[in-house]
Amino acid sequence: MAFGRSSRKKRPVEPVTLKILVAGGFGVGKTTLVGAVSEIRPLRTEERLSEAGRPVDDLAGVEAKTTTTVAMDFGRITLREDLVLYLFGTPGQDRFWFLWDELAQGALGAVVLADTRRLEDCFAAVDYFERRAIPFTVAVNCFEGADEFPVETVQAALDLDPEVPVLMCDARDRGSVRDVLVGVVEHAVARAERVREPAVT
Amino acid sequence: MSADSSRSPATPTDPQASRWYDADAGPVVRPYAMTRGRTSSASRHRLDLIAIVVPEPEADDPGRDQTLSPEHVEIVELCSGMPQSIAELAAGLDLPVGVVRVLVGDLVEDELVHVTRPVPPAELPDVNILREVINGLRAL
Repeated sequence: MAFGRSSRKKRPVEPVTLKILVAGGFGVGKTTLVGAVSEIRPLRTEERLSEAGRPVDDLAGVEAKTTTTVAMDFGRITLREDLVLYLFGTPGQDRFWFLWDELAQGALGAVVLADTRRLEDCFAAVDYFERRAIPFTVAVNCFEGADEFPVETVQAALDLDPEVPVLMCDARDRGSVRDVLVGVVEHAVARAERVREPAVT
Repeated sequence: MSADSSRSPATPTDPQASRWYDADAGPVVRPYAMTRGRTSSASRHRLDLIAIVVPEPEADDPGRDQTLSPEHVEIVELCSGMPQSIAELAAGLDLPVGVVRVLVGDLVEDELVHVTRPVPPAELPDVNILREVINGLRAL
């Protein structure tokens, strides 16, 4: 490059970036949750898949379709000028697990959003985070018309470790979602401190 | 008889309905054509979705550099307003993340931008940072 190297002007702030994943079944409110706290309208990034989806996709009627698009919703919360939290809604379909691995790398934690009417939809997500030891909380999205269950019932139904927090939330409500996120990070802190202690003694 | 012939694909009943214009027709340039067919960049590490792209001070007028594609220039310009993550750039440019990774990789090679390393994979962020995140969230 022919540009001068000495003229280092004032540098823009380079924030530390962190991410929290938002997982759960299709239509459980992941995008709504991201939108409730994000300072930007939830954005979509798309990965085009040409091969991966082919053997699984039912292409009857859309034979011309040769690519599958996986969209991930994400939002941003600028906590401070130098500290930015990104929320990523994971793709709902189970067959895109391979994309989760990338998303999960370096994630500080995860929210598993659940609907008590179809709790089984989030089994896969719970399983995924348990296996990779990623701190997560289960947030039950309290849909109108759904029966409310006590936390213990949800905990038992999902066969969760007692340490995994279960919270009731309204994915549309900013304050409610903020509390869920605080819950995730607190859980991550507790986990980190527990891991550290045995190393000291 | 006439019903059969009207269903034939060669003579659609409503030619207007089967035509796409402008954005509906999809991108004019196929995404990976912008990377000249490359699906990975020369740079050493895979760029994380939340890696922040920061323009170097030298990159004050990327449009002058004839070796850059319009998309390269656009990335530098988007980032000079406010440094942005790979994910935001992909959404902002309406390009697949894979394409943005290659283009940003080019810009890193050319020393027009650098990329912040987010928390290394398989390593949890520092507890102090997590506490700051909690405080920040509570203050929302």
